Amino acid sequence: MELLERFAAGDQEAFETLFRQYQGQAYQWIARIVRNRATAEDLTIETFWRVHRAHARFDASRGQFAGWLRRIATNTALDFLRRNRREVPLPEDLPELRRADTSAVQAELQRALQASLRRLSPKLRVVVLLGLVEEEPYDEIADALGISVNVVKVRMFRGVRVLRKELEKAGVRP
Amino acid sequence: MSEREVDEIKKLLKREMKPVGKAELPRDLWPAMLEKLSRGAASVPWWDWVLLAGTGVALWLFPGMVPALLYHL
Repeated sequence: MELLERFAAGDQEAFETLFRQYQGQAYQWIARIVRNRATAEDLTIETFWRVHRAHARFDASRGQFAGWLRRIATNTALDFLRRNRREVPLPEDLPELRRADTSAVQAELQRALQASLRRLSPKLRVVVLLGLVEEEPYDEIADALGISVNVVKVRMFRGVRVLRKELEKAGVRP
Repeated sequence: MSEREVDEIKKLLKREMKPVGKAELPRDLWPAMLEKLSRGAASVPWWDWVLLAGTGVALWLFPGMVPALLYHL
């Protein structure tokens, strides 16, 4: 029996093989959304937990495990952003993700930018981060979110509009 | 809102936030996954406890249901 068929049938070894094969991809994708190493690790495990519970719903005849996994990873990250929208700032612990030259003005600009991004709803924030910062193609974002490319474009425009307004309120002109 | 305005925001974001890109997974997560799987298998969903409690109350209130329940088990 093929690996994916064994996974769909509930085979634990097949699940472990898929986990080891795809954990890095899931982690990378989630890290692009939450921009925090520890959170991305936790959410990768949560993603595979959901994958494990949903094994019977996976259609092994169609293959495409990576796409299915990415959709679950995106939903897991979105759920995290929704749960933590009010409580915590947008996590960005990875030092290599910040600019090195952090003058006072620069630090203030980065704070304004983080605060403005926090004002975006999670579904807009995901599209803005993936599309503008990570430069993911719109069709991949659409596939990961389970929406059409046109809806991605609409969310991008709405996200950018809100971001501009928030930045202008904070005295930043893009 | 024009493409130019989207580009301006994109330039600002790219200037201030580096892309994560291909971030390396710092460690193998399988041991943590195994731990979660074993914890998850051991826990009983809250709804199951509600059903059990409801059945207990129903049997206490209507003892005549006991033979019917035993028959269906």
